[in-house]
Amino acid sequence: MLVDEPQATLLCGGTDVMVEVNDGHRRPDRSVMMVNRIAELRSWSHDPAAGTLTIGAAVTYSELMQEPLSALLPALAEAARTVGSPQIRNAGTLGGNLGTCSPAGDGLPVLAAADAVVELASASGRRSMPVAAFMLGVKRTALQPGELVVSVTLPVARGWQGYAKVGVRNAMVIAVASACLVVDEPSRRLGMALGSVGPTVLRCPEAERELAAAVDWEFGTVEPAALRRFGELAASESRPITDHRSTAEYRRHAVRVLAQRLARRAFANGATPDGATDGSGRSA
Amino acid sequence: MRSDSDNYTLHVNGADREVTDSWLGESLLDVLRDRLGLLGSKGACEQGECGSCSVLVDGELVCSCLVMAAGAVGQTVVTIEGVAPAGSPSDVQSAFVEAGAVQCGFCTPGLIMAVHDLLERSPSPTETEIREELAGNVCRCTGYGRIIDAVHQVSVTRSAGRST
Repeated sequence: MLVDEPQATLLCGGTDVMVEVNDGHRRPDRSVMMVNRIAELRSWSHDPAAGTLTIGAAVTYSELMQEPLSALLPALAEAARTVGSPQIRNAGTLGGNLGTCSPAGDGLPVLAAADAVVELASASGRRSMPVAAFMLGVKRTALQPGELVVSVTLPVARGWQGYAKVGVRNAMVIAVASACLVVDEPSRRLGMALGSVGPTVLRCPEAERELAAAVDWEFGTVEPAALRRFGELAASESRPITDHRSTAEYRRHAVRVLAQRLARRAFANGATPDGATDGSGRSA
Repeated sequence: MRSDSDNYTLHVNGADREVTDSWLGESLLDVLRDRLGLLGSKGACEQGECGSCSVLVDGELVCSCLVMAAGAVGQTVVTIEGVAPAGSPSDVQSAFVEAGAVQCGFCTPGLIMAVHDLLERSPSPTETEIREELAGNVCRCTGYGRIIDAVHQVSVTRSAGRST
């Protein structure tokens, strides 16, 4: 069907597309392809030998929050829990997050930090690419007409990983700034990705390298000065703008705080979290 | 789905319902209300923020304003009209009345759907859990205190029923 009508609207959970339809910004009067009940897209698979997880594009946030997926990818479960409400998480999907490619998409920093690979399909075949190459800009992706997202493949957690987010309140909120830190213990490498502070999700290579070099990998600890430095570097690697949701200055400050918070959780062996702003026990 | 308008059948509250001349982008909420006469589900934000249109599709709680109606063909839809037989309210509905959790009533159908769903998944939720789980159902009257009381009340009554 996509061959005949490559411009067809691809609809998965409807949480983005239907908002535009209801607002009258989009009128799908040509064709709509519902992809949310295609079995391959609805499923996921774990490859223990490769240490990877492949998640179909139509797997919902609710599913990502539940065992066994939540144990295999804790950061993705935490990110999923911050999306909307149960109603939205039952409908919204990881593939939709990629297709929309908002810089505020909660799943995307996790995919970026974990070096996920996106698989795309069209009538002429399949291709895959790193998620960093898939996300081109604000709501712009590498998807060609007639192509759809099939799945993402990413390594199962091999070390601490977490997601943190700042919004204007605790629930039902889009990120003003968000961050994901993935620790890969065997390779002693870090992945740190930021959301809502650039035209698309950003990695922080300098911050990652410096913190990885400062970590005592034997004990899994780091000096407080290195945590502060990590926050500074992550903030300097962000590219926030001022818009109707927040200011560039506040977003940069939020990145500094979120980065330090994640690094402290990863490497402080359960030390006291940073004060009242972090006392809720919640990830967001 | 290729045509401007469409005829199809939806399975709602245990019955097959014909939908005729629906336009392709029409939401399940609009079809339920305007074509099938099921006015219990309310429309307010039409962007999934308020929860007043909450229904179950194949057992999953969703905002019917974000479901493309033509995409729900072959699925099972349960609306507020389907949670209990006419004239005999469900335990959640009764608890809302007893606890004073209903004021203007606009959010109530969505909340009843959400509370039934919550208690299916988590029979004895904490207050924190109730607040997180009901975050997608906005009420501008009650301040939520009595809604939370109502949820607790159902939870306690059901667990007493199980233990006897």
